Amino acid sequence: MNLHLKVWRQKSAQSEGRLADYEARNIPEDCSFLEMLDLVNEDLLSKGEEPIAFDHDCREGICGMCSLTINGIPHGPSETTTCQLYMRKFKDGQTIYIEPFRVGAFPLLRDLAVNRSAFDRIQQAGGFVSAHVGAAPDGNAILVPKTQADRAMEAAACIGCGACAAACPNASAMLFVGAKVTHLGSLPQGQPERDRRVLAMVRQMDAEGFGNCSNYLECEAVCPAEIPNSVIGQLNRDYASALVKDTL
Amino acid sequence: MSLTLDSNIPSGPLAGKWEKHKFESKLINPANRRKFEIIVVGTGLAGAAAAATLGELGYKVKAFCFQDSPRRAHSIAAQGGINAAKNYQNDGDSVHRLFYDTIKGGDFRAREANVHRLAEVSVSIIDHCVALGVPFAREYGGLLDNRSFGGAQVSRTFYARGQTGQQLLLGAYSALNRQIAAGSVEMHSRTEMLDLVLIDGHAKGIVTRDLVTGEIKSWAADCVIMATGGYGNVFYLSTNAKGSNVTATYRAHRRGAAFANPCYTQIHPTCIPVAGDHQSKLTLMSESLRNDGRVWVPKKKGDSRPSSQIPEDERDYYLERKYPSFGNLAPRDISSRSAKEVCDEGRGVGPGGLGVYLDFADSIKRLGEDKIRERYGNLFDIYHQITGENAYQMPMRIFPAVHYTMGGLWVDYNLMSNVPGLFVLGEANFSDHGANRLGASALMQGLADGYFVIPYTIGNYLAPAIGKRPSTDHPAFKQTESEVRAQLQRFLSIKGRRSVESFHRELGLLMWDQCGMARSERSLTKALKRIPALREEFWQDAKILGDNESLNTSLEQAGRVADFLEFGELMCLDALARNESCGGHFREEFQTPDGEAQRNDNDYAHVAAWEYQGYGQAPKRHIEPLTYEEVKLATRSYK
Ligand SMILES: Cc1cc2nc3c(=O)[nH]c(=O)nc-3n(C[C@H](O)[C@H](O)[C@H](O)COP(=O)(O)OP(=O)(O)OC[C@H]3O[C@@H](n4cnc5c(N)ncnc54)[C@H](O)[C@@H]3O)c2cc1C
Ligand code: SF4
Ligand code: FES
Repeated sequence: MNLHLKVWRQKSAQSEGRLADYEARNIPEDCSFLEMLDLVNEDLLSKGEEPIAFDHDCREGICGMCSLTINGIPHGPSETTTCQLYMRKFKDGQTIYIEPFRVGAFPLLRDLAVNRSAFDRIQQAGGFVSAHVGAAPDGNAILVPKTQADRAMEAAACIGCGACAAACPNASAMLFVGAKVTHLGSLPQGQPERDRRVLAMVRQMDAEGFGNCSNYLECEAVCPAEIPNSVIGQLNRDYASALVKDTL
Repeated sequence: MSLTLDSNIPSGPLAGKWEKHKFESKLINPANRRKFEIIVVGTGLAGAAAAATLGELGYKVKAFCFQDSPRRAHSIAAQGGINAAKNYQNDGDSVHRLFYDTIKGGDFRAREANVHRLAEVSVSIIDHCVALGVPFAREYGGLLDNRSFGGAQVSRTFYARGQTGQQLLLGAYSALNRQIAAGSVEMHSRTEMLDLVLIDGHAKGIVTRDLVTGEIKSWAADCVIMATGGYGNVFYLSTNAKGSNVTATYRAHRRGAAFANPCYTQIHPTCIPVAGDHQSKLTLMSESLRNDGRVWVPKKKGDSRPSSQIPEDERDYYLERKYPSFGNLAPRDISSRSAKEVCDEGRGVGPGGLGVYLDFADSIKRLGEDKIRERYGNLFDIYHQITGENAYQMPMRIFPAVHYTMGGLWVDYNLMSNVPGLFVLGEANFSDHGANRLGASALMQGLADGYFVIPYTIGNYLAPAIGKRPSTDHPAFKQTESEVRAQLQRFLSIKGRRSVESFHRELGLLMWDQCGMARSERSLTKALKRIPALREEFWQDAKILGDNESLNTSLEQAGRVADFLEFGELMCLDALARNESCGGHFREEFQTPDGEAQRNDNDYAHVAAWEYQGYGQAPKRHIEPLTYEEVKLATRSYK
């Protein structure tokens, strides 16, 4: 198939960006979206133009490194991530807009690559259990009911891609933060630090400039890991309850 | 300086070696630990676990990775699970059994002492991961659930849905984050190590490139830990992440670290076949599918009828035919090779004839579609996403793909390479899997190295080295930095016509054809002729645009492919020198009359460790004999 691409090109954070027009020709429909970009890049290179920079690594939908806003939607029409999007989802002759994730807290690096280290800093603020190596009791010493373990796993599946914030009109990261708070909060191991965790993570989330949730739920719609919006409710409840205790 | 390979295996009975070694290892008191700086390159399972644990102990750690976050390391992609000798299922498992299975699985080419230690610490890994909040699968009663994996006769595999690697990595990432917040670990993402710095023969630092700004920088430390993963991408197509590479380990090799057993590569039998020339990587379909799927190809050569029109008596269920007792569950190497054989005979299916069927029709008839959906629904979905085909209605197509590399930098029992002060962890070292790795054992090894081994063994090097950290003003840093800059400049000044990508593809295909699932003296000699020529072409004709001072993905790739172009040759040399078949290394000349791998224990029960001799010079092969005190060398049989 042949496609018209409108791709965001920007040499660095400091320089001006623009949408460049490219033609992608003879693209097999078994090709993934990123493989289509690989082919376009080979073509650009042969013409002496610098290839389009975009982030990716696993190309299996699990590392969370790929991003891209495709026709206005983070991860485009993929059921999961951009790297798991196949060209058979597009029509011959279609025009495709390819832009970076646009979130104030994710500064642009080059072309389609953005800096998502704000997410790392939120995790550093409290997304952990303080367990010393070598001091753990036997793995079966504390029983965890299956329903709780499953709830924890469901939330822990977040791949940290940032699509939730990119899709949100408020650039809210609450699905991402709620996922970690729910994951650790559903397990006995996460209880001792539950209050301080949620307070610290929310404080960092605000400091990074992410917005608040006003229930658009665009995040849930684009989330490749199917994180349910109930984690946002959990985040709000845990935060409120921790805040009360904190001010006591 | 001549190269010495002293494995430093503690004396005494096998089961007591690790306890004894821990007791005899040098301790560093808490106040002194702050005086040591440690560099950790790579923050996958092995590196993140090491950095977090050493930080927790009070060492000052600087960690590096090339992705935008440590959470993205390739470890994240592991699906199946992690082994541990917990014997929670009361089915006869024990440390000794896990030890024995691993040695046997490795086709008797691993060190007994290392493997025994791995089996011993496996139990602590699970405890620690549970404490970190890793949401392992549970039974209704709240106990940890297990499954049997990769043909093991006991259920010792712990898992978190089909995302075990993800959850273990996120656990290690959270431990790392805690140390970053505490100030004991300084994390540098999007920073690639481009060289190792040696001072008086000791590893004392690295030179890196900031992948966003292009800044070249020196970092000094008391010692360097590398946990940079495997080299499967030398084949271009593999199940590894796109960024996985050999650069860190190969450049350390050029600085004197011996590379052990590079020819040992594992080919996984159940991957989605290549769809066309555009293909950039291969996707694994969990091995568990073989529990309910039947593998077949048409009996007739070049039979292009759709599967549904091939009658039962014109199908060859070749695994069931050749291995009646194991059938579709034959081990990875055997299943992979059999698939290649039928495709070589012209009986492969799908595009290019490079695929075999994995058919669920019988199971669906027997168990119902719902049951199959419940067991493998997500895999069928992935298959559908990628191929557009519905495997409930037609057989899946699968083909073997490169998956894991057992070879790596040579290390002793302390996980230190022959270069003092350079430690190597995880898939990057060669240590525990011999010639073939059992399913669910790589995650175990990475975490064992990082959480439980290196924190003890590092003291043996550091204790006497107190106060010997150089500064980055040392001429060795300046010299290495200028070599790194010169190489980057050289890439940018080739200004040829061919993309780096096309060189990588060509090398990969060559390696797959000549040094892949089956190798022979003829094929290896051919590859050894072609690789140097290809490398020359690369240096004459590669096209790398842009500059060093910005995010430049072609420049990053150029460095990695240049290293693969040297490393591929080393792999072929190693394969050629090992005149036997064992585990993931199958030499066509060495097989039994019925086509099974034929080991040669008299001449090859050793580790081959290669010493670099200069660009374009033949490297030197050294050996570390493997002595077996506990197990008897036996022939694997899966008939
Ligand atoms: C698809 C797939 C499924 C698998 N499933 C299983 C399974 O079920 N069970 C199992 O036990 N094993 C499995 N494995 C194998 C296992 O996942 C890996 O062997 C293991 O995770 C490797 O971990 P590691 O920490 O050694 O390296 P990696 O996770 O590969 O990490 C390497 C790190 O090094 C960094 N790095 C590399 N080079 C540089 C450089 N030059 N400069 C700076 N940083 C660098 C990277 O950024 C990264 O942080 C699977 C592998 C694959 C491919
Ligand atoms: S919550 Fe979903 S969309 Fe947001 S970072 Fe996690 S996986 Fe991505
Ligand atoms: S590249 Fe890893 S999720 Fe897309």
